[in-house]
Amino acid sequence: MELDLIMEKSLLVIVVFVITLAIAAYSTLAERKIAGFMQDRYGPDRAGPFGLLQPLADGGKFFFKEEIIPAGAHKVLFIAGPTIAMITACISSAVIPWGQDLVIGDRVISLQVADINVGILYMFGVIALGVYGVMIGGWASNNKFSLMGTVRAASQSISYEIGMGLSIIALLMVTGSLSLKDIVEQQSGFVNWNIWVQPLGFLIFLVCAFAECNRVPFDLPECETELVGGYNVEYSSMKLAFFMFAEYINMFVSSALMATLYFGGYNFPFMYDLGLSQNWITILGVIALFIKIFGFIFFFMWIRWTVPRFRYDQLMNLGWKVLIPLAIANIVLTGIVTIIKDTYFS
Amino acid sequence: MESISNRKKVLDQKPMNFWERMYIPSILKGMGITIRHFFKPKVSVKYPEEERPYSKNFRGLHSLKRDEEGRERCTACGLCALSCPAEAISMISAERKKGEEHLYREEKYAAVYEINMLRCIFCGLCEEACPKEAIFLDGKHATADYLRKDFIFGKDKLVEPKFDYKETH
Repeated sequence: MELDLIMEKSLLVIVVFVITLAIAAYSTLAERKIAGFMQDRYGPDRAGPFGLLQPLADGGKFFFKEEIIPAGAHKVLFIAGPTIAMITACISSAVIPWGQDLVIGDRVISLQVADINVGILYMFGVIALGVYGVMIGGWASNNKFSLMGTVRAASQSISYEIGMGLSIIALLMVTGSLSLKDIVEQQSGFVNWNIWVQPLGFLIFLVCAFAECNRVPFDLPECETELVGGYNVEYSSMKLAFFMFAEYINMFVSSALMATLYFGGYNFPFMYDLGLSQNWITILGVIALFIKIFGFIFFFMWIRWTVPRFRYDQLMNLGWKVLIPLAIANIVLTGIVTIIKDTYFS
Repeated sequence: MESISNRKKVLDQKPMNFWERMYIPSILKGMGITIRHFFKPKVSVKYPEEERPYSKNFRGLHSLKRDEEGRERCTACGLCALSCPAEAISMISAERKKGEEHLYREEKYAAVYEINMLRCIFCGLCEEACPKEAIFLDGKHATADYLRKDFIFGKDKLVEPKFDYKETH
């Protein structure tokens, strides 16, 4: 009995891990193709049809490059930086519910690796740990520009975490539970999605997610023009690949989190009205979740090629003086509306 | 001062209203522009499957022409080599033997004719200098290669292939 559960969970972990890596690898290709299409050109299309083998070519390039560790760098911390970034990026996908339960024979398989009752808190903890990877990487590079990039990245991350947390508090007042599975189950169908209940909260969460992933318009820590590459300037080959991959995995997990919290996760319209069996509802739910995730990833890339980059003081201004008051106002508003609803309409 | 032309624009530096300060309407407008460009036709030319057309007077790779009976026109007179400003052309002449009347037009022909494409500047002076109308610069551009010696084009790359005069005229 226990062995079955362990094997089932191990298999699920391996599947989720492989899918995460594959989607992160092909996001690099999608980024370049979408960037090209928005700039009136084709992206990479030489490596395989439509450039589909390009991520393999990039992976091969990263394997064959020379690994340079700069002379004055602290060896252990230099290697620890990208390692921490990659590990925290990967383990954050453990609490996301990918679908309802699969029923095979008489076994009920849940498609969530760890259904803990503090799911959102776990996500925030792991995202906060991700800052360590960037900080350690920049410090260990023994380079002024890396240090500047690191300092900016760390301060940006912790500033926008507060905004994210506050917008989640308003969501919690609506859902009443921290567990991601409960939040998704409350959003069955289409009209129950949390986006209709918390539009302002979603907007704040979206902006903070962009800042946490170091994506444009908040990518000051790592852009080429401002800081010569920021905290990953001294990294070559595999360690650089880990940093870049960790960023794309963060993007994927943020999209999954946004889809789960605000857009109903694996629920799709008319899911109980079509008269399908449980397994089919699960499979269609997984497909619906992935469509939402890919939509969000496309949105990330769309914004990248539309909005110019923020200056550092504008960034801090936005995080502290605009988003936090807005999030607090959102909480107050949610509280008032909840009380009115309970008093007069229940 | 009076303005001479009416092109002066007065900027309005009013403080931004609420909607402009939010930046969200302008971000949405920008996103609309970006997504429109996503669906527009692309301006890339996918070389080597597609090629840009050359202009009418484009001077490309050289080719040594043949006459109506398929005989090489070039008589190794050396006027092209003399006129080349980059000294890219060199040749070794030879005398036409008894059984070779169908190969070469006159008694003297070029046994070895080499153009160094790395020296050539594609000016076309050799084409202007040739008295036999034997060399023309009507090919495509010189493509890249790995070794310097592969850029010295001999007669195998320069003489145009045989064609049937009756078919094209």
